[in-house]
Amino acid sequence: MSVITIREALNQALREELGRDENVFLMGEEVGAYQGAYKVSKGLLDEFGDKRVIDSPITELGFAGLGVGAAMAGLRPVIEFMTFNFSILATDQIINSAAKMLYMSGGQFKIPIVFRGPNGSAYQVSSQHSQALESWYAHFPGLKVVMPSTPADAKGLLKSAIRDDDPVIFLEQERMYGMKGEVPDDPDFLVPLGVAEVKREGKDATIVARSMTVPLALKAAEELEKQGVSVEVIDPRTIRPLDIATIIKSVQKTNRVVIAEESHAFCGVGAELSAQIMERAFDYLDAPVKRISGVDTPMPYAKNLEKLALPDVERIIAAVREVAYL
Amino acid sequence: MATQVVMPKLSPTMEEGQLTRWLKNEGDKVSVGEPLAEIDTDKATMEAQALTTGVLRKILVQAGATVPLGQIIAIIGEADEDISTFTAQAESGAAAAANKQNIEAKVESGQDGAQQELAQVVADGARTQATIAGQPLKGDVGGQPTASPVQVQPASTDKAQTELQTAQHAEGGNGQRTGGRIIVSPLAARMAAEAGINLQTLAGSGPGGRIVKRDIEEAIKAGGQQSAQAQAPTVQPTAEPRTQQPAQAFQQAKVEGASPFRDAPVTTMRATIARRLTSSIGPVPHFFLTTEIEMDGVAELRRKFNEQDKENKISVNDIIIKVAAVALVRHPQVNASFQEKVVRYYERADIGVAVAIEDGLITPVVRAAETKTIGAISREVRQLAERARNRKLQPDEYTGATFSISNLGMLGIDEFTAVINPPEAAILAVGAMGPKPVVREGEIVVRQLMRVTMSCDHRVIDGATGAKFLQTFKQLLENPLLLLL
Amino acid sequence: MSELKVKPLKPRGAGAEAAGAGVATETAEPDVINPDELGEEHRERQQRQRTAIGSLERATLLDMLYQMMHIRHFEEKAAEAYTLGKIGGFCHLYIGQEAVAVGSIAALNHDDYVMTSYRDHGHALARGTPADEVMAELFGKAGGCSAGKGGSMHMFDRDNYFLGGHGIVGGQIPLATGVAFAAKYKSTGQVSVVYFGEAAVNQGAFHESLNMAQLWQLPCIYICENNQYGMGTALKRAMSLSDVSQKACAYGMAAEFVDGMDVLAVYEATKRAVDRARNEELPTLIEVRTYRFMGHSMSDPGNYRTRAEIEKYQERDPIKVFADSLKQQNMLDDAALKEIAERVNAEIDQAVKFADTSPEPAPEELYTNVYANPIKQ
Repeated sequence: MSVITIREALNQALREELGRDENVFLMGEEVGAYQGAYKVSKGLLDEFGDKRVIDSPITELGFAGLGVGAAMAGLRPVIEFMTFNFSILATDQIINSAAKMLYMSGGQFKIPIVFRGPNGSAYQVSSQHSQALESWYAHFPGLKVVMPSTPADAKGLLKSAIRDDDPVIFLEQERMYGMKGEVPDDPDFLVPLGVAEVKREGKDATIVARSMTVPLALKAAEELEKQGVSVEVIDPRTIRPLDIATIIKSVQKTNRVVIAEESHAFCGVGAELSAQIMERAFDYLDAPVKRISGVDTPMPYAKNLEKLALPDVERIIAAVREVAYL
Repeated sequence: MATQVVMPKLSPTMEEGQLTRWLKNEGDKVSVGEPLAEIDTDKATMEAQALTTGVLRKILVQAGATVPLGQIIAIIGEADEDISTFTAQAESGAAAAANKQNIEAKVESGQDGAQQELAQVVADGARTQATIAGQPLKGDVGGQPTASPVQVQPASTDKAQTELQTAQHAEGGNGQRTGGRIIVSPLAARMAAEAGINLQTLAGSGPGGRIVKRDIEEAIKAGGQQSAQAQAPTVQPTAEPRTQQPAQAFQQAKVEGASPFRDAPVTTMRATIARRLTSSIGPVPHFFLTTEIEMDGVAELRRKFNEQDKENKISVNDIIIKVAAVALVRHPQVNASFQEKVVRYYERADIGVAVAIEDGLITPVVRAAETKTIGAISREVRQLAERARNRKLQPDEYTGATFSISNLGMLGIDEFTAVINPPEAAILAVGAMGPKPVVREGEIVVRQLMRVTMSCDHRVIDGATGAKFLQTFKQLLENPLLLLL
Repeated sequence: MSELKVKPLKPRGAGAEAAGAGVATETAEPDVINPDELGEEHRERQQRQRTAIGSLERATLLDMLYQMMHIRHFEEKAAEAYTLGKIGGFCHLYIGQEAVAVGSIAALNHDDYVMTSYRDHGHALARGTPADEVMAELFGKAGGCSAGKGGSMHMFDRDNYFLGGHGIVGGQIPLATGVAFAAKYKSTGQVSVVYFGEAAVNQGAFHESLNMAQLWQLPCIYICENNQYGMGTALKRAMSLSDVSQKACAYGMAAEFVDGMDVLAVYEATKRAVDRARNEELPTLIEVRTYRFMGHSMSDPGNYRTRAEIEKYQERDPIKVFADSLKQQNMLDDAALKEIAERVNAEIDQAVKFADTSPEPAPEELYTNVYANPIKQ
């Protein structure tokens, strides 16, 4: 066990997988000479050379499609988007090509590719550079969508994603790259895709959180403990496929749910979670499912407004108290 | 080899096309891709192109005609080829039908078919059944909650589902009694049902008075337990598994005093008969059975009755009601009703008696006529008729009959047919009774004859079933003493 | 100014000067051809073909003719089946363009990759996918080359290195670029060939791909099948610089402009591009001027072009032109032509029969192949 940042954990995962499998390569804007816009790929160019770590032109649709084509021909590309805001240019290749190729070829062409990069809010970069896109990608069968919230999960899940034979959207969080945590040193440490984790046990209410809202939910749970409320925190870790069973089990125990997410609520992952909980555990619910989401506006620049636009510990605490009828 | 040119499917939604103009004449050479004709589809005017090379030998559909997909519109072949088999095929319509069927089958499996398959794969059987059962049953008069979707849902082994149903019943039961809605969390509703707690007795502590988990917990602690059975007795029958056997117990009807009934599932054959006949005539497929009855015995009986009690004279019709009721109980297949998903058989014969009133007609009901004396029936009919003419009848008094009788004999009608009053399965039209010459044992004698015609709902009653009933009816009228047996 | 390795070339056919030596020129007006000139053009084409014929085995030549006739008849039968409702959805026919797929694929090794747009029946057939499987795919049957899940626009055949028909205009261009990237990455010597219509040239995907391919020197051959209409919009109404081969200039890429009605011209141009890709790991853009005789899809009203124009091109039917040339060179007689036609008829009849009798995909197939590594929840 060593205590490292999420950035370092991701870097380790990439280094280990590049070293393990000759067919893995990393491509993206500034991943090589610049050492990564967020330093996730630091040192990899020096170690693996420019055949394996490739600086691409700013041509998201082009290199996303190139990656899918390379996967069709047997490589295992890791395509970095400098941020997922720019993946919007590449959605045709991600959704129409990567997600559907195996299906429409009747099983002939699998697409083992990882699209990764920071997703969600950043610090004061306004509307186009500060948004959470997991609901977009989670909508499509054929894609897997992963959102780690700790260094250990980041490393174990990225390694699993690279070894997986399906296209994986791997969503990091810019604000969380510096977060520290314990990570096993074992180079074969993997976190399986599609398995949720109970980050904290409790009995009065369940908070389902992901990515940036996981630390917020844990903090809220700590505060609520002091107020005599026992809160369970679940991180699905993989949005698609979703480990709904773990969530339902928790709901059956606590009977109350708060969903915390930084994305917009409308048609979002939280809405899906809420619907599934209603469908599968209706008569275990003692209160309506409550969502704490990013507000329904583009992200503002001003610091005070930006703070108001995002979920915080206070709002999560208030929501738990509401569903627990306190 | 000659090729048939069919009305082509030129768009995914096209079902027929109008041949607006031929661009080639019979005898013209055509080659692949050359336009043959202009066709108006649902989307656009398009050119139908030749798909083979040869000579346009025969044009089978003239310009201006609209024809369905697949119909053969022309024949292309070699200049000297014998195409008689093709033209014959085209004229017989067989090939067109086959083509059309092919196209339609394809369209179906591509759309509806796919959805059905999807439903099969996705939905578990129970859910599909419940959806079907959830549709309101047509013509369901006098049904009590037995026809509710929950009851028709196939028995589920899923414990959660059973619990859910129980919870819904508990809540519904309270809602019915108060006429208002109890606000309760799904969890609390289930807990209350399990603990046998009457939600009516609780005050909710949640927002807007919502009853929540802790309210139930407190009620349990306070010993506020109550028997679930005592609380909702009417729910009980619905929880019993429904059997398909005629021997099943009769259930209470909603209309006060109406006959109890038992529901037997509509068999596949019965459903097919119902569907086919319905599509043939109207919603209720009628057929008619007529018989002629010697009424001398009845006339004699009536004469003797009326000699005994001059104040309360009985009519022939009163006797007919009694006889019909007795016959109905002996022929329960006629004392029945088609209820879409079930055929409902009645325990008793509740006879609707058509009474003409100003601007209309109403059929007050003599309940359990088979159990009543002719005198009692007579008195009841007289009272009902009077109340009918004064428009004093309560709904309970004119709904929920199991069989009806319409008598126009007193108006001099010899014979007529009556229209069934749904959901009853039959109505008897009674004509005038009068002396007529008949041959008996080789002699021409005069007898009091009466003709009756029964209209039957073929979805329930088949010809032989109805005939057997009429046989009994006739036998009883011709030998009224048999009523005493 | 940086050096251009190859300048765009003037229109050329088989027997013309070698690649790389051309001069940038204005190309001929593409869409309207004076009927009086037709005879001359026809003669020229046949003259070229006669020269080229000498350099190839008779068996190879007859196989090309066979393949073109095979595709033509397949498409005719597909059209018939579509009108009978046996084929659903969109159905884009290749009639008129056969020389492009057949000529170019004849220049490839079996393990070179081929990828194309949604007008893909001809490419699958030329690549070696059995007509049975292509027809069954059109019919939505389990025996289809994509197991009935792809349909007309998504033929795939892994065994024949056919990487599919793709439905979004231009979407296959970056994919094929990635395939070339993988071939180079693994040093397999394979070449990636991608076909697209001229309308796809206006997509960003085309330009992004050409830039990367030349930048990273990828063995990719971009074949633009310029059939002159993007659905119903004529090329000149949609492209500011309508000389597609010149687009390569912007990326310093080699380019050729080829007569798509001449199967041997397409073959030879592709051969040069294949050599360039295999030996120098360099991409090429080939513009092939062709024409589709049928509508964009089966539901095309065809009101954007004249019958006269279609007929003009039918005079240049690539199959007819090639058969005539072979006859003139004594490579083919009427009996041999009839034999090929009969063989093709029998094969396509069999394909229809196979497709008719192939079972529909089982309902549970709905849920297979969504993921290669499904995770059970």
